[in-house]
Formats: sequence, structure tokens, C-alpha cells
Amino acid sequence: MSSDGFRSYYGKPVVKRPVWEPVIPAYFFVGGTAGAAASLGLAARLSGNERLARTATYVDAACIAVSPALLIADLGRPERFLHMLRMFKVTSPMSVGTWIVSASGLASGAGAVLELAGRGPRARLAAQVAAGLLGPFLSTYTAALLADTSIPVWHEARRELPFVFAGSSAASAGGACALLAPPGHAGPARRLAVAGAALELAAGRAMERRLGMLAEPYRKGAAGFLAGAARALTAAGGLTMLLTGRSRRGAAVAGGLLLAGSACERFSVFRAGFASADDPRYTIVPQRQRLEDRGA
Amino acid sequence: MSALELGAQPLGWPESYGEDAQPRLGFFTDTSVCIGCKACEIACKEWNLVPEDGLRFSGESFDNTGSLGANTWRHVAFIEQRRVATGGDGGDGVRWLMSSDVCKHCTHAGCLDVCPTGALFRTEFGTVVVQQEICNGCGYCVPACPFGVIDRREREQLPSIGDGEVHGLGTTHKCTLCYDRLKDDMEPACAQACPTKSIQFGPLDELRSRARTRLERLHAEGVSEARLYGDDPSDGVGGMGAFFLLLDEPEVYGLPPDPVVPTRQLPQIWGAAFAAGAALLGAVAVAMAGSRE
Repeated sequence: MSSDGFRSYYGKPVVKRPVWEPVIPAYFFVGGTAGAAASLGLAARLSGNERLARTATYVDAACIAVSPALLIADLGRPERFLHMLRMFKVTSPMSVGTWIVSASGLASGAGAVLELAGRGPRARLAAQVAAGLLGPFLSTYTAALLADTSIPVWHEARRELPFVFAGSSAASAGGACALLAPPGHAGPARRLAVAGAALELAAGRAMERRLGMLAEPYRKGAAGFLAGAARALTAAGGLTMLLTGRSRRGAAVAGGLLLAGSACERFSVFRAGFASADDPRYTIVPQRQRLEDRGA
Repeated sequence: MSALELGAQPLGWPESYGEDAQPRLGFFTDTSVCIGCKACEIACKEWNLVPEDGLRFSGESFDNTGSLGANTWRHVAFIEQRRVATGGDGGDGVRWLMSSDVCKHCTHAGCLDVCPTGALFRTEFGTVVVQQEICNGCGYCVPACPFGVIDRREREQLPSIGDGEVHGLGTTHKCTLCYDRLKDDMEPACAQACPTKSIQFGPLDELRSRARTRLERLHAEGVSEARLYGDDPSDGVGGMGAFFLLLDEPEVYGLPPDPVVPTRQLPQIWGAAFAAGAALLGAVAVAMAGSRE
């Protein structure tokens, strides 16, 4: 019981691992992409780049359209999904997020329908302004959702995790738009993708430094593999975008790498959370340390 | 941005209940007199219709229950420790610790804070209960709890129960401090079944002073390792509605040594999410501005 410096009850976990399925990190990925794409679409529209605005609007709408399905599928009682809208609660990032997703979904959906129909430019702009301003928070609230738990690697990374998700969302949305829009119009998408990749890598490094011994789950097992894949894919995607993004083929390869890297990032964070919940070391050792620092 | 200052009383309680407010009720579990009979586990299961979730032999002393969860609302832990025997020939002895664990009904409850539907609520007794007809099984309360108490009930946890008899699937479950019994002025089933008064039930203020008296007595008798766990309103969860007298460090019993409700860091959590969102918006603007040269 007293082996390697900490004591526990038969090595059992102290906190419960989440009951969430892989549809949740899948949602983090598509929802984050939707949010950053909505902002890119708004910026493109305001600066008169109609071609990129259209692509970004469709990427946003496609991603946000699948999000509710992913979220509802994970509920223990899916038929009760509307109970989420009984209240608005700031202490619950899931509650706040439900309202952000709902509002973003309506705005993005309306914007995309009007885009497709080619009508109501004013209403379309209003919808895209709403979607574009909500978008960044659609991309980052999911990090707050994870941080507001007792899972050690999520809670202790609360300052950096939203930046990892913001970077990852910018990389995937920029990558997707650069992949789909003609290179002549996709300049802003490429720059957003490269900046996003850089932010994702830098924030990820800062997060691991902050976590200290708690960063171990990011170096072992499934989470470690996914974290390594995310780093490699994101770095390769960012570089490819920077060097060859002006060609159609280069943008396609880079966009694909960035999308894959961004998805791996979310799954890595998700898996690391499970690993840190399953081993009591990550709950007990930092708490014991805290008590010692307080002189208790 | 720093941590939230949290008070010694639950947020909104008792004032939101007006005339219906009751004294805050709780448990004091004195593990020094627990004999490991598990009557509390059984009484809880019987009264609350908590389903049987498989019979396994764990090999971990007399504990074949394992941990608290959707189908275990009282859990008796058994710890065997080697000790030099006092008296006699000074040879090897074994100290046997037993403790009946339960939901802590925290003053600042992570499960309740993060629940997006309002299914988890603060009762008029200051306890924390899941309304089964509201819970949609989102599962957020499960990792929010610093103690690993609450869990979602799943079909595969109940191998030996027929389909017709399963209830409460897909929603989360934990100790209700026998909310139904409290409303009828009855004590919770586990406390009533406990033959040694290891589980004591009553108004929290009274339990806290009783616990201090008991601790002083044990210290006077030379049981220097006795300590209270969860009695202090200035701890990370604002004090526990169900607290304990332990004979070793909390982690030995599977309890976190310094639990903190995750929502205490809410300003930092939302601050970072907002700052990162703003950074993303800024990155989009800069990326766009670059095309206008």
C-alpha cells in the first residue's frame, strides 16, 4: 500500500472516470471547427472575399449540423435532451455551452440556407455576425467544460487548455477552408491554419509544462500515442501549408494533415483524462503535496 | 483571476426555502467503532431499491463491494495493516480498519454545480439529491465529484437482474440521505441499521460538536492517530454534510486528502476560455487583414 511514495486503497481510483464515449471528443473537433469557420466566414464577408465567405459558411454549417446528433447520442436518456434547456447555469459549462451551440446552430443554419438560396443579404449578414462572434466561444467552452471537473489533467490545465482548443480549431477550420476554396481566395484561411497550428503546439507545450508530473498520461498509452500523432500531423500540416499552400494540391495535403492533427489533439486530451482518473497517484500525490506546502 | 471565496453554507440554502427550510442534516461516521458488518450497505440497498450489481470475490480483505457508485450508496472499506503487537511477546500483529463510506453531501457540491438540467438540487435539509425524472444522463456530475461518488447506471453493471426489474437506467445515482425518510421524520436506513452507532445521523452542528468531543476522548486515551475528515467548513468543499473520524490518512480509505470543488476555480476557467476565444477572434482578424495589402 505504501509503495512508490503514496498510499491508496488497493490502488483503486479516487475520482470516477467519465462515462462519455468517443462521440464527445468527436464533437469537440467538429464543434471547434464550426466555431472558427464561422468567424473566418464573417471576416471574409466583411472584407469582400465572397468566395471564401461561402466556403467557410458551408464548413461551419456542415460541422454544426452534426453536433447535436453527437451530443444527444451520448446521453443516458437521449429522449430527455430538451431538459438541457430548462435553465442557464454559469457554474455548468455544459449548460452555457448548450445555449452557445443552440444559438450558433440556428445562426449558422440560417446563414447557410440564405447563402444557398442567394437571398436576403441583410438577414444573412445578421446571422453570420451572430455565428461569427459566438464561434470562438463555441471553440473554447469545451475546454472549460473539461476543466470544471475533478479529473487531474483537465482541471490543472484550466489556464492552457482553452488555448490548445482555440489553436486546434483555427488549424482545422483554416485547413478545411484552404482545402475547399480556390487558392487565390484562400489566403486568409491558410494564414489562420498556420497561426492555429502554431498556437496549438505552443499551448500544448505550455500545458505539459504546467502539469509537471501530471503530464505523464500524455506520454504513455493511447493518450501518449495520440498526443505524438497530433504534434507530428499539426507541425507537418502547418509547414506544408506555409510552403506549398498556394497550390491546390499542397493546400489539400496540408488541410488534411491539419484536420487529422486537430482531431488527434481532442482524442488525446480526452484519453489522458481517463488515464489520470484511473490512477490514484494523479489525485493523491498533488493533493498531499498541497497539504505539505500549507504545512498541514 | 483567483479562486472563488466560498462560504460555510450552501449557496442559496436555507433562504430559498423560506418557511420550509429545515436544519441541515448529515452523517458523522465514527470509523473507530465500525465492526465491518455491512448492515448499512444492506439496509441502504433494501430501502432505496438499489439493484444488485453482481457478486464477486475481490480478495481485498472483506471488501467485495469495491467502491461507491450508481448501485452502491454505502460502501464499507476494509484495510489490514501490519503492526508490532502491543503487550504479549512484541511479535507481529494486524490492525484492521473499517469505514463505511457514503456521499459527502458537500456544502459546495461539484455534482450539483455542473448539472446542466437542474436534476441535482439542494433539499430543504441541505442535502444533495438527484431528481430521477429530470436527469437526462449527460454524465457531467460523474467526473465533477472530487470523491468519485456519483455514477451513471448502465445495463452491463447489472448482469444478474432481469430486464423487467431494472429501473433508473441511463441516469445518475447516489445516496439521497434517505430524502423520503427525512420527510417523514425517520432517520436514514443505514444509520438505523448500524449496530454500533458508527453511523450517527442528526443536525450537522450537533454532529460536529459530538465529533470533537469524541476526538478529544480518543486522543486522551492515547489514540493519537485519530482525526476528523470533512468537519471543517473552511476546507475545499466548504465542509461535508457527511464527515468522518478516521484512524489513518484519508487516502488509505480511498478518500482524497485535500478535496476541492472544481467550481472554486470558475473565474479562472471561464477567464481562460474567454481569453482564448478572444485570441481566436483576433487571429481571424489578423489573417484577414493580411490579404488587403
